[in-house]
Amino acid sequence: MKKVYLGAYNCVSPIGNNLMETWNALIKGKSGAKQESITGMPADICAALVGEDELNGYFNKLLGEENLYTSIGFTKLEKLMIAALIPVIKTIAITKETEFIVSTTKGNIAHFGNEEKGYPAASLPALAQKIADFFGFKRPPIIISNACVSGLQAISTAKRLIQMNYCTDAVIVAGDLVSEFVLSGFKSFQALSGTACTPYDEARQGLNLGEAAAAIHVTGQQLTDHAFFIAGEASINDANHISGPSRTGEGLKRSIAAALAEAKLGPNSIDFICAHGTATIYNDEMEAIAIHRSGLADKPIHSLKGYFGHTLGAAGLLESIISLECLRHNMLLPSLGYQKQGTSLPLAVITTLSEQPLKRCLKTASGFAGTNTAVLFEKELH
Amino acid sequence: MEELKAELKAKIIEALNLEEVTVDEIEDQAPLFGDGLGLDSIDALELTVLLDKDYGIKVTDPKIGKTIFQSIETLAAYISENRTK
Amino acid sequence: MEQDYQISRHCRMDTQGVYLNGEQISVETSTDFSSFSKAFYYALEAAYPKFFKMDNLSKLAWLGAELLLKEEQTTNIAIVLSNRHSSLDTDLKHLATISDSEQYYPSPAIFVYTLPNVCIGEIAIRHNLQTENIFFVSEQFDSQLAVNYSNYLLNTKRADKVLCGWVDYLQENYKLVLYLVEKTGILAHNLDVVRQLTR
Repeated sequence: MKKVYLGAYNCVSPIGNNLMETWNALIKGKSGAKQESITGMPADICAALVGEDELNGYFNKLLGEENLYTSIGFTKLEKLMIAALIPVIKTIAITKETEFIVSTTKGNIAHFGNEEKGYPAASLPALAQKIADFFGFKRPPIIISNACVSGLQAISTAKRLIQMNYCTDAVIVAGDLVSEFVLSGFKSFQALSGTACTPYDEARQGLNLGEAAAAIHVTGQQLTDHAFFIAGEASINDANHISGPSRTGEGLKRSIAAALAEAKLGPNSIDFICAHGTATIYNDEMEAIAIHRSGLADKPIHSLKGYFGHTLGAAGLLESIISLECLRHNMLLPSLGYQKQGTSLPLAVITTLSEQPLKRCLKTASGFAGTNTAVLFEKELH
Repeated sequence: MEELKAELKAKIIEALNLEEVTVDEIEDQAPLFGDGLGLDSIDALELTVLLDKDYGIKVTDPKIGKTIFQSIETLAAYISENRTK
Repeated sequence: MEQDYQISRHCRMDTQGVYLNGEQISVETSTDFSSFSKAFYYALEAAYPKFFKMDNLSKLAWLGAELLLKEEQTTNIAIVLSNRHSSLDTDLKHLATISDSEQYYPSPAIFVYTLPNVCIGEIAIRHNLQTENIFFVSEQFDSQLAVNYSNYLLNTKRADKVLCGWVDYLQENYKLVLYLVEKTGILAHNLDVVRQLTR
């Protein structure tokens, strides 16, 4: 099967308007999580938001003189997605062999109720087509909505489509907003932390929601100098419970095993793990068990949720591109918020920023309804 | 208290979609979780919402939840003592 | 490495009726979905009380999968589903619990179903399918994507069979078409056949 490479990537996150700003904020240990008063929510919430005014300014600047779009209204999510995509699309030529993939869990749900008929705000196909039309994609968008693994699974799906010659390359955009819809739901699950989240930590109390968009180009074309490719991937369901993860981490363990098997590599080949780490009691515990059962207990591991919050449909892709940056810079990023072991089995949680040669990253994600995805990224030097 | 227990049994059947369970089948002291009614973590959270919505009691500590929800008996006793509605 | 696959079983459920491998099954569908789904559940003799906790989309998907997988021996079945309305039917119910600031009681039992892929989770739990799974959203069923993606899963031996199809539910309008792809079967697994099945 042909190797599939990762090309240009970018993001708009709670700590930066683009990849460079975000990376610079990350290495300074900056978190986007703040106490926020969200309209509609009864009490103060700790969430990582993208500032609306700043986003609007940045978005208008990006469209600049080419702004033929002043008559079209864009929602916050659409602005995030377009802003994330613009630098990526500048590097490629969209052909009729280019696939366009959108990853989101709730799309424009925050705008629900502002339309007259047929619930257009809730239409994921309408959202995806609007972004596709903006950039002139020739194929109808593929929308992945598979809970919180969507952003990561979009990468594996793009890889599979290229390997089966369904397309030559693919552009993926992943995004989700912090909305009253989702906040109220997670609150009913008592899954939210009132303060900045602390993945894997003894005192962890739950997650912070975050919002972001990320974009990436995936291609079967071999690139020069720093090339990243997908060495292996899999998405195996726990088949255990619709909201709680498997206590034995079965689905995640099998996903990791299948990804390694595809790559024809053993656990020792991995240099670091960028895990899901939402900072809920159950998720982090499940991951620790799955990591141990996979023979990866001693591998440096972090969660990026301390910086970005849990960005739902964006998380898998946002955190993947940061992982690629870590590989590129040979930099291990600390798992923000971690102080003391909080899982029954110990993990080698990264606590200080450090440089060391890095070649392979295992990225994992898990979500509601037993979803799990594992992708092994490898850096190829030419 | 008897009235409250009967009321709770009916509410639980409705709130948790226990389609095939009748009020008579729920014993006062039988464990609600575990084998009995086969309730799970979502049901426990749903009962927490019920306590707030119908009786004005807010439960945020999951450890307290475990003891309150042991049986209809313990649940009724807790509600009698703490209800604000 | 590439080989042709077959569709071994298929079913359709909509307001017109329930069909298994093209033959209509006698179930009353003219009533509301709640009554219909309950009657069909009992007709299937499944003994699965968790059915009644599910939202409409999950009930629909679960019933279709029950029909197709009832006598299935293997558990190495991947699940590839898609629809047009995502979880909108339940999203509306969740919105109703948070629309009044005086009566603000979001329900975890409702919220958990505000993701379309939860219907996959319910099928996976019922049939113990610890396998590859994905949920797509599109205007109409994307036969080309479905055929290619299913072939990929089978070609790469990531699964022995693929449960594939469309499950859409929104306020009493529902349509399910599910089919099982594997090495042997009754119909060829190709674009024309799948387009015809999912029309």
